[in-house]
Amino acid sequence: MLKPIDVLMVGVGGQGTILASRVLAQAAQAAGYDIKVSEIHGMAQRGGSVVTQVRLGEKVYSPLIVKGGADILLAFEKLETLRLLSYLKKDGVLIVNDQAIDPVPVLVGAAEYPPNIPEYLRNTVPGTLVFDATEIAGRCGTAKAANVVLLGAMARRLPIERAIWGKALAERVPAKLLEVNRAAFAAGYELG
Amino acid sequence: MKELLSGNAAIARGAIESGVTVAAAYPGTPSTEILENLALYPGVYAEWSPNEKVAVEVGIGASLGGARTLVAMKHVGVNVAADPLMTFSYIGVNAGFVLVSADDPGMHSSQNEQDNRHYARFAKIPLLEPSDSQEAKDMVGLALDLSERFDTPVMLRTTTRVSHSQSLVEIQDPQPRKLKSYVKDIKKNLMLPTYARPRRVALEKSLAGLKEYSESSPVNRIEWRDRSLGVITSGISYQYVRDVLPDASVLKLGFTNPLPEQMIRSFAAGVQKLIVVEELEPFIEEQVRAMGLALAVKGFIPYTGELDPGILAAALVKAGIIHSTGGIAKAGYDLAESPAVPARPPVLCPGCSHRGVFYALRQLKLNVSGDIGCYTLGGLPPLEAMDSNICMGASIGVAHGIGKANPALDARTVAVIGDSTFLHSGITGLLDVVYNKGNATVIILDNRTTAMTGHQQHPGTGRTLAGDPAPAVDLEALVRALGVKRVRVIDPLNLAETEAAIKEELAAKEPSVIIADKPCALLTKAVQPAVRVDAQKCTGCRICTRIGCPAISIKDKLAQVDAAVCTGCNLCLQVCREGALVKGEEKHA
Repeated sequence: MLKPIDVLMVGVGGQGTILASRVLAQAAQAAGYDIKVSEIHGMAQRGGSVVTQVRLGEKVYSPLIVKGGADILLAFEKLETLRLLSYLKKDGVLIVNDQAIDPVPVLVGAAEYPPNIPEYLRNTVPGTLVFDATEIAGRCGTAKAANVVLLGAMARRLPIERAIWGKALAERVPAKLLEVNRAAFAAGYELG
Repeated sequence: MKELLSGNAAIARGAIESGVTVAAAYPGTPSTEILENLALYPGVYAEWSPNEKVAVEVGIGASLGGARTLVAMKHVGVNVAADPLMTFSYIGVNAGFVLVSADDPGMHSSQNEQDNRHYARFAKIPLLEPSDSQEAKDMVGLALDLSERFDTPVMLRTTTRVSHSQSLVEIQDPQPRKLKSYVKDIKKNLMLPTYARPRRVALEKSLAGLKEYSESSPVNRIEWRDRSLGVITSGISYQYVRDVLPDASVLKLGFTNPLPEQMIRSFAAGVQKLIVVEELEPFIEEQVRAMGLALAVKGFIPYTGELDPGILAAALVKAGIIHSTGGIAKAGYDLAESPAVPARPPVLCPGCSHRGVFYALRQLKLNVSGDIGCYTLGGLPPLEAMDSNICMGASIGVAHGIGKANPALDARTVAVIGDSTFLHSGITGLLDVVYNKGNATVIILDNRTTAMTGHQQHPGTGRTLAGDPAPAVDLEALVRALGVKRVRVIDPLNLAETEAAIKEELAAKEPSVIIADKPCALLTKAVQPAVRVDAQKCTGCRICTRIGCPAISIKDKLAQVDAAVCTGCNLCLQVCREGALVKGEEKHA
């Protein structure tokens, strides 16, 4: 039996990680995989870290991904990449949104937001993909679709057909926002 | 048809499919979405009760009234509901009753991590432990059947990783059921000593029947694989065992009170080495050992914190059961050179009405007994204006006790409690202050919602769970009726008014209540123009950062306001001594 594919999505409350995981789950189910999604609620609206774990495969038992076990780490924010990087397996895929959201200790000057995170990541994880998803989403019509740009970039790395992704997107995104999200997904897919 | 459902959504679906028509709960992570999902189905009466004790009492009534009933709460909610629960098992049910206890190992959003499986043993009721959403759904139906067959309430115990994980669930059609007739039976339902004594005996008989059932329950099963190692497990731990020990034989227990002793014995006899894998307390392990069965290793899993496959694998290696964590806990990249990662603690939201109160409390250097809700975050830096937090409603009794212990502390101690928490279990504490002539000053942070769990309605909001209009309790009239004479309503984002009110009420030699009246900023979404910084006036003193607002930062030694985050609540203006923070101006067309 094939080992499940483990995807860890990390970010900050309000960045749309939940929608991205919903589309991924929809696509994985449509592609015939067993799937488990685990997320911690509660603090998301209050600016805390948000971690969503998605496992898909022939048969999935644990909903939790272990350290050093994630096949893909999709990071919506740079600092959160560092926080969860220990979960990425060697030769795993690292996709990072080049966006910084200062946590309160940084805002009040009690801590420093690490400079040069992309450089550190590229040096540590070969093949790291870093890009400004917010800027790309803005060009597609709305900066808010940054989550879908990131999803698109990851989509290519998963054994799920392009057409299935398109359908999943249509089922999970409100109709009036579908066109801009399709564009955002396509832009991300090109990068991935 | 299969749907991807969270454990909580699956439980709601299971209730609908099994004919539940009454449900009650008080919101609490990780249980909240059960009732929110149930309320979406037509034909079900689902309510937010003021607290978990009332929810269980409503559930007892609904069962007596003939309806299949589900009552849900977080683990600590069962403490509140323990009183009716402990005697409910004596009277039993009319229509089926299931109590969902959603435990929170790891304390993702809780003040403790008690293992509520002990409650099932304590109350002498059957216990079911699902390991995924499909089982969560199926076990609701099983619980209701068992409840009616054995005349007992049944506990369905989930944990965060079952409640909040989504997995595929086979959806079936609802099975409508007829209401049962109400039966007047005082020997069964009127628990006076005379009638309770025979019911106590009947309870043991019922337990003996349940023990027999446990042996053949479809949710207790042996999976024979390699017999050199046998694992007894339940709940989410089963999933971790399957990942970490794919070849081991497993006794998977879904029905864990009372335990199937014969099944456990025959499983033990069929394997060379026997171990128990469970999260939190050694609930099964201690009972297996009491049966006189030898375990290869005991207590090898940490009793504290949440379990995961990595922790389990490491514990198995340490105990000598496996030789390497091999396929599970892999070494990732070498991160020794990683930059330091600043914490990202949850914070009070921009525009939060609690911020003004906590800043004032901090300025006045008071002793603050706190309570459960978003506002507990007021105890974290930089506000740090809360000294204690125990359980729902504790703030008022604690403040009263501090004053009685040392009257010198009276004038320096305030209790801080949210509106939903006050209605949950703060009222009796305040009654005690009045009755026993305390001087406590109580601040009710009235944001008109149960904010922390995601904005649920409560008796003060004017809406029910279903969204229908409802009478809204008048907090001011309520506290006056309890005998509090000094009651005042303030705007918590007016710092001068807030500080003055707190000082005056602390000085008064009688109980007083300050109602800090401002709806939750996330609900009203009332955004005023963002505050501006006058760079000429800002001295970089950083005093504005002490309110802990996510919109304010220091850049190049000067204050900066993020206009995209600022709600224009203008609290920071009142803190700045230099007049460097300026009220935003309305944009003119």
